[in-house]
Order: sequence, then C-alpha cells, then structure tokens
Amino acid sequence: MKTLLVIASLLLITTSAQAKKITIACGAVGQEFELCKKNSEAWAKATGNEMNYVQTPNDADARLGVFFQTFAAKDPSIDVVQIDIIWPGALANHLIDLRDHIDKKHIDLHFPAIIKNNTGANGAVYALPFWTDAGVLYYRKDLLKKYNKTVPENWDQLEETAKLIVEKEKNPKLSGFVWQGKSYEGLTCNILEWLDSQDAGRIIDPKTGEITVNNPKAIKAIERAAKWIGTISPKSVLNFSEEEARGMFQAGNAVFMRNWPYAWKLVNAKDSSVKDKVGVAVLPKGADGGKHSATLGGWNLAVSKYSKNPKEASDLVRYLSSPEVQLERAIEGSYNPTIASLYKDKKLIAANPFFQQLYDVFVNAVGRPSSISGKDYPKVSTAVRSRVYRVLNGSSTAEKELKGLEEDLNKLKKNWSK
Amino acid sequence: MKSLQAKQAITAWKMLSISLILLMLVAAYPLAKTFYFSFTNARLDDLEGATFNGIENYKTLFNDELWWQSVGTTLKFTGISVSIELVLGLAIALALSKDFPFRSFVRAMILIPWAIPTVVSTRIWEWMYNEQYGFINHILLKLHVVDSAMAFLAEPSMQMYSVVLIDVWKTTPFMVLLLLAGLTTISTEVHEAAKVDGATPWQSFWKVTLPLLKPTILVALTFRVLDSLRVFDVFYVLFSNNEKTSTMSIYARTQLIDFQEMGIGSAASVMIFLIIGIFILMQTLFLRKET
Repeated sequence: MKTLLVIASLLLITTSAQAKKITIACGAVGQEFELCKKNSEAWAKATGNEMNYVQTPNDADARLGVFFQTFAAKDPSIDVVQIDIIWPGALANHLIDLRDHIDKKHIDLHFPAIIKNNTGANGAVYALPFWTDAGVLYYRKDLLKKYNKTVPENWDQLEETAKLIVEKEKNPKLSGFVWQGKSYEGLTCNILEWLDSQDAGRIIDPKTGEITVNNPKAIKAIERAAKWIGTISPKSVLNFSEEEARGMFQAGNAVFMRNWPYAWKLVNAKDSSVKDKVGVAVLPKGADGGKHSATLGGWNLAVSKYSKNPKEASDLVRYLSSPEVQLERAIEGSYNPTIASLYKDKKLIAANPFFQQLYDVFVNAVGRPSSISGKDYPKVSTAVRSRVYRVLNGSSTAEKELKGLEEDLNKLKKNWSK
Repeated sequence: MKSLQAKQAITAWKMLSISLILLMLVAAYPLAKTFYFSFTNARLDDLEGATFNGIENYKTLFNDELWWQSVGTTLKFTGISVSIELVLGLAIALALSKDFPFRSFVRAMILIPWAIPTVVSTRIWEWMYNEQYGFINHILLKLHVVDSAMAFLAEPSMQMYSVVLIDVWKTTPFMVLLLLAGLTTISTEVHEAAKVDGATPWQSFWKVTLPLLKPTILVALTFRVLDSLRVFDVFYVLFSNNEKTSTMSIYARTQLIDFQEMGIGSAASVMIFLIIGIFILMQTLFLRKET
C-alpha cells in the first residue's frame, strides 16, 4: 500500500513539472484570433507550456453568454478569458485576483483609469488590459478631396457631405455613413456617442447615478440618427455589427464609417478596395454646442477562478499585456496600447498615424454606465438599445421611448443603489 | 395463479423500466429542477443563495410585454411556416410517390437542406439576403422586380417572412419524408378501385388519399409544431436579442444567461413547457378521435 502511495505521489510530482496546457478564449473579430494565437504560442514556447484555443462569438453579448454559462458550471476548461471593459463587474465572482501572481510594477504600467475599472471594491485587480478602444470616424480621403470637402467637424456637416458625395458619385452601391445599428452592445456604444457629443448627457450621470437620458437634446440626437436610416445610411445598417460595417466600407461602398481602431489595418490591407484612401478622425460633435466624443471600449485579460493552473495562466496574461506584445499588436493589428509611453514609439506612429493625433480621444473616452449598474448592466444596455432601436426602425418616437427608458432605468436603479 | 395478462404486464414493465429510469434521469430531473428554480430568486452565478419567492417570477413574467410579444412571434412563426411546409410537403410527396427515373436519387437529394446544420444554413441565407452583395437582391434587381435593393433582415415587416422562408426551405424535406412514408402505406388497390368507380384524380386525392393520410399528417404536424414552438437558432443567428424577433426560447435564454435571472428564466421555461404540452395534448386527443 505504501509503495503504491509513493508511486502515486511521484507520478503527481512528475505531472506537475510537465508542460501545462493553458486554454485561452480570445476574440475573433478582424485579426484578433490570429494575433492572439501568435503571441500565446511565443509565450508557450518560452515557458515550455502548451496552448489550446477556444473561439468565441463575434457578438459581444453572445460572448458574455458563453462565459456566464462556462463559469456557472464552474468549468475548468478555460483558463484565460478575454473580457470586455464593461464586464469586470458582472464577472468578478468568477475571476482570480491577479495581484496574487503578477507584480504591481507591471500592473502600474497601464492607464490608471482602465486598471481602476478592472478593480473591485476590495482592491482586487480582476483583469489586465489587452488593448483599449474608442469609437472613431473613418472617412474616404479620396472622395472628400474630389468634392473639395473637409473632414466633418459636426454631425450637420457629416450629413451634408455624405449626401452630396452619394448624389454626385452616382454609384447605386455607395452609402453615406455606416455604423453599428443591430440591437446589441455595439448599438449602445453608438448611442452613447450620439448623446455625449450633442451635450445630451451619458444616459446615467456617472457621478450622481441619476438617470438623465430623457432630455430634449437626447430626443433630438436620437431623432437625428433615425433620420439617417434610408437617407445617408442604408436600411440594412439596422442589422450591422462592426464587421458588417467594415465589410461595406472596405469594399468601397461607404463614405464614412463609425468603427473601432482595429479596422485601420484591415481597410489598408493589400486586398482592400480602399487601401491608402482612408483617413481617421474624431467623431463629429453637435452642431450647436457639444464636444467630440468617443465611447470607451477595449478588452482585458482575466484568469478564471476555476482554472487548474492559475499561476501559468496569470503569467500568460502578464505576457500578453506587456509592452512588447502591445507594441507588436499595435503595429500589426492597430490595437491601441494601454501603456502611455508606447504612443511615442516611432514604428507605432508610422503604422498608425492617427494613434498620436487622437491620443486625447483614447485617453478621455467616455465609459458606459457599467460600473454604476454592476451586475445589472446587461439589463441597462438592453433597455437602452431596444428602446432606441424602436425609434431607429420607425416603429416608435424618440419622445415616447426615452420617457419609457427613463422609467425602465429608474426601476432597475432600485436594485443597484441599495 | 396469475393470469397471462398480468404476467405479460409485469414483463412489459420490467422491459420498460430501464428506459423509464433513463428518462427520469435525463428529463424529469432537470424539469423538476427548473420548476423548483421558477419559484425562487436564484441567480445564475449564485444558485446556492436562492430563496423561495412564491409566484413572484410568474407575476414578473406575465407583466412583461416582451414575454407576450415573444409568445406572439413564436405562434405566428409556427402557424405560418408549418402551414406552408404542410402544403408544399404534401405536393412534393405526392409528386415523388409516382414512379419516374432516378426517383430514389431525387428523394435522397431533397434531404440536403435538412442535413445542413441550421446555424450554417442561416449564415448562408444571411449572405443571400444581404442588401449590398446578396444573391436575392441581385436577381430581383436584374429582373426589375424591385427598383432598389431590399433590406430583408432590417425591415421590421420583412424580418418574419425572411425567417419563414429559411425554415420552409430547411424543413419541408422533413415533412416530405414523413408524408412519403405515409403514402407508401396506402395500397394502390384503393386508388384503382376509385378509378374503376369513375373518380377523377382530384376526387381520388380528396376522398381517398387525404383521409387515409390523415394520421400521418397529424404525426408530422405534431413533430413540426413541437419543433417550431421552441425555435431559437434561426432567429438568434440573424438577430441576436432583438426584441422584435424574440421568440419564447430567446426570451428564456436572455433572462437565464444575459441577465443571470435563473428564477424568471426558469418561469419562462416552465411556461414554454406548458404551452408545448397543451399543443401535444390537443393533437393527441385529435389523433385518438380520428383513429
């Protein structure tokens, strides 16, 4: 019996010294998967471990659903998860505190606002930033030049320019402005930008927690967007997420596009019809007052509480969020680093000229009301986009829906202000 | 001394017991658990902390417009698509029951749509519906049926019919298969007898084929209605959580997974179970009366 035990314990020791198999669930939008795999392989090779990959849905809501399901089952099969900037609150129960395995010095390299977003009330750091995101405006340099137009400063100008170019170009496939209008998280991001840029608040006041969405400026902003559909934007924009918008813009069928920086590398790829014809600018602001605005996005890396190899998984997170990997990802895939000093790198600027120009936009991007509503954020976001979607597809009015939204959110608020 | 009947009954129960136990394990247990959760305030990430809250979840559910809208969408979808599938399926089955060259080859071929996983075929259709590069718009524009491309998946009035078309394309073969099986059981003699009596082909169909096929039709309808009432994949792949196209299953999933509301989601699941149960009951009663 004793010998058996000895053999068993020996076996245990040898297996623990063996290579660990770490499973990462990274995204697959654009080049995400390719780059994630490349860097993870490099880490595995250097540390003598093995990698395994889980592909997750492109639609962020569907992806969160997959994680909720995996975590609810306490499933140890995923070690590292790539999570949206709005999820740490909702997923914290299932994530480990990265401070246990990662040096504070490494954590402090990143933008403090993002680290704060990923930190729980108990001080635990649940995720490290992979890249940051902010909504930006892509425009066709060649077409603006052809019609002697400047990059639109405000929404009125965007509408005029889009309309003019589409009319003059006489290309039945060309649309003025594409964005994300499908009823999913991406629409909430677009809505926040419309509101914030036109001085209509941020749905929920980040300081007081007051529901501010039902105001005359917000009604006007939503009405404006509804007017785009069927005029400067195709009707199908109501079923567009990021990749559908990029597909259309990249095929040369749109003058303007609202998207995240990841599209830059792809619209300038060899096989793109608009290679070298694209510029990136900050999104327009309200015609009378308001400011340029961008919704804060971005993805973070976290380690599942149910992982059997938290130490190795944390080390992978450390590596993937390190300056060298972030720089490489920025140059190859135009993913925005979360380390300030990298924005001064010459190679990075050469690859993504707009990173430096829009530095302030990236640093000052507007957060969605996810920290304030915590676990209820999915309900908040669903209410926002479902209500606004009704206005966009013409089945209701902005006045009615924003009033309804105010009521919905006030009801929900009772849960999180307790 | 037990009667032969009693002995047979005992043997029957013995033989059935294994499948009954299996059924209990895989169906009854989760079902009971769902019933239980529907009366608690459980959250998906905290199942242990659930406490009993009576019929609170059902109250929330019944007061939620979106739930009733989802029920409506599901019933509408089921009604339209199953009716079309029945008529089309019957027509195709009748055609395929006649003898013609390569009959078995054609019979195998029509099953292809049924064999493709729904998510895959839905994605294919999504591309065909595309406003910009979609095949359907291309044809319609070429034939001058429409002046400008249609946004099939974005226009609220067209969303439902776009989905119905996918479902009809996919599941009509299944209907054909079932009805074809029913048709082969009808002996040719009855048709010959009808012919001798001077019945036209049309009369022969209405008075002979259809009544004899009725039991098969009812079984086929039961299968299809069951399937349609729990529709999830086609709608979810095309529209995610869009409230306009939310079905009962999508509603339950949104509550369970996205909102983590195990209680309300379970209550919705119980309601789906009951609604489907009522349909089965109605159809079984009808079937019994017929036969």
